[in-house]
Amino acid sequence: MSLRIVVCVKYVPDATGDRHFADDLTVDRDDVDGLLSELDEYAVEQALQIAEEADDAEITVLTVGPEDAKDALRKALSMGADKAIHVEDDDLHGTDVMGTSLVLAKAIEKAGYDLVITGMASTDGTMGVLPAILAERLGVPQVTLLSEVKVEDGTVTGRRDGDSASEQLEASLPALVSVTDQSGEARYPSFKGIMAAKKKPVESWDLEELEIESDEVGLEGSWTAVDSAAQRPARTAGTIVKDEGEGGKALAEFLAGQKFI
Amino acid sequence: MAEVLVYVDHVDGAVRKPTLELLTLARRIGEPVAVALGAGAADTAAVLAEHGAVKVLTADAPEFADYLVVPKVDALQAAYEAVSPAAVLVPSSAEGKEIAARLAVRIGSGIITDAVDLEAGDEGPVATQSAFAASFTTKSRVSKGTPVITVKPNSAPVEAAPAAGAVEALAVTFGALATGTKVVSRTPRESTGRPELTEAAIVVSGGRGVNGAENFHIIEELADSLGAAVGASRAAVDAGWYPHSNQVGQTGKSVSPQLYIASGISGAIQHRAGMQTSKTIVAINKDAEAPIFDLVDYGVVGDLFAVVPQLTEEIKARKG
Ligand SMILES: Cc1cc2nc3c(=O)[nH]c(=O)nc-3n(C[C@H](O)[C@H](O)[C@H](O)COP(=O)(O)OP(=O)(O)OC[C@H]3O[C@@H](n4cnc5c(N)ncnc54)[C@H](O)[C@@H]3O)c2cc1C
Ligand SMILES: Cc1cc2nc3c(=O)[nH]c(=O)nc-3n(C[C@H](O)[C@H](O)[C@H](O)COP(=O)(O)OP(=O)(O)OC[C@H]3O[C@@H](n4cnc5c(N)ncnc54)[C@H](O)[C@@H]3O)c2cc1C
Repeated sequence: MSLRIVVCVKYVPDATGDRHFADDLTVDRDDVDGLLSELDEYAVEQALQIAEEADDAEITVLTVGPEDAKDALRKALSMGADKAIHVEDDDLHGTDVMGTSLVLAKAIEKAGYDLVITGMASTDGTMGVLPAILAERLGVPQVTLLSEVKVEDGTVTGRRDGDSASEQLEASLPALVSVTDQSGEARYPSFKGIMAAKKKPVESWDLEELEIESDEVGLEGSWTAVDSAAQRPARTAGTIVKDEGEGGKALAEFLAGQKFI
Repeated sequence: MAEVLVYVDHVDGAVRKPTLELLTLARRIGEPVAVALGAGAADTAAVLAEHGAVKVLTADAPEFADYLVVPKVDALQAAYEAVSPAAVLVPSSAEGKEIAARLAVRIGSGIITDAVDLEAGDEGPVATQSAFAASFTTKSRVSKGTPVITVKPNSAPVEAAPAAGAVEALAVTFGALATGTKVVSRTPRESTGRPELTEAAIVVSGGRGVNGAENFHIIEELADSLGAAVGASRAAVDAGWYPHSNQVGQTGKSVSPQLYIASGISGAIQHRAGMQTSKTIVAINKDAEAPIFDLVDYGVVGDLFAVVPQLTEEIKARKG
């Protein structure tokens, strides 16, 4: 029987660009180029490796995001995923993590799955909680923050390197897995992969299709509210000295002046 | 006065500093009721009481250690139902965030993660967050349900505020999902004797410029002279020079110490995301154009192999 893998990928503003908020205090997505969140490349990579080990597997990449988010799906398809689902709806603008996870959960259930794989955190919201919420919503085991993952005979195992210990985890499918950037370098799309991706199916779903009311998502439907966003004042220019033999001593003098010594 | 649930992060009864900081923040909103789970839970009571907990709810069961996250969510939910708090505060560790997140969705509440400050407001607690590698500061609220907020370490002072801290046993019924993810084995991280990276008042980090695992002792010696934690850039970690658990940055630890010293680190955006909220920033880099110098209070353009040992010697001499 085929192993159905759904990988959640996010389209995010490039972290090296000048990211900022729009007037309605949502992320301004027009001024900065978007791309597939780099941490989600690791999720796609692990899906590909799991699929390569399985007799028969199919990888669907799923995103919730604006029109341009298709770029993120194409990248994942060119890495080797089989098909894509794009949940796109004007009413999604400004959705918080509770809304996003609701949409993802409904889409995953509609698509059908044995295994859901996500990144450890997006590079914009960086909450790192969506995977746990998704597992709760789907009612499946969460096997999260894995730096090593394996799927065999309907069981997923993996290593979670936590703050105080490294844990070996195990759960039965269906399950939700999130992977860290320690899980293994993500492959680059090959030319052949890029060409093949152009022919792979990308389905577009809207809220109606997922039986979600517009007031369950978007800014209005959010369970959180941002009241203000202010650019952090640029740090006042510090003192910079060139070491000409006494740099360490000068630094010690500064630290002593600041009462660190 | 309204009660505020505070989730206790502890190791066999030893309460970690971020929890004590949460008690300070909780007192701005109401009366802290602490929830301590697992082995040694009851041993946390004295220190929690000393820092303002009016009550300490405790529970222990093998499930907390044998299965991932969900048993703790079941317990926190039981506490939530018993107390009906005005807010739930949880330390922003990887596990803390996951526990908070699942609780929030269960109780129909919004969640704010990685708050760096918390204040009482007319419409409930107002959280300060730091966005886009700390280039923006936002103020947010939970607008639906009981605010569930996770707070980063070093976000508030630890203050003594003696309270009753009466210990009560919490009755927990584990749901069907609790045993979904089995912890087959656990290897504790070896203690270095140095402060915990995220909690340390001073962090001394090394990057690619350190040029080899065998040179990291230079960074460690500086750290030890200051009683600091040791951090590393991803380049240093990926090269295998230092453990991943010491990585500072977007995909490593996020630190906010009083003093951050970066040696041989260029200051890439992903590194900055994890240290930009440090109060005082110092860098040593031989490239005067390195972006890290845009952030510093004090920078030395020079070879770290000359500057760092001299600094360490000078600190030792001054400390006598
Ligand atoms: C600076 C900032 C702060 C925010 N703070 C909050 C807050 O405190 N509370 C709140 O409720 N919301 C908040 N949001 C909104 C929240 O980030 C989004 O709702 C987001 O869609 C979910 O969280 P995340 O992207 O941070 O994902 P994370 O929790 O970091 O999730 C990681 C993984 O989830 C998957 N994923 C996440 N989003 C999508 C998507 N749209 N499509 C497909 N897969 C996805 C990816 O696999 C990703 O690797 C914030 C957003 C920003 C930009
Ligand atoms: C998705 C993603 C997540 C990431 N997450 C993180 C993260 O969490 N943390 C992180 O740090 N990075 C992260 N990175 C990597 C980041 O982009 C940089 O590559 C990394 O921070 C560079 O590390 P570095 O500053 O040590 O190395 P480099 O950028 O190579 O800089 C080395 C510096 O050392 C200086 N130097 C060399 N020799 C000496 C000497 N003898 N004396 C003094 N100075 C010297 C050089 O002038 C240079 O400025 C991430 C990247 C991606 C794509």
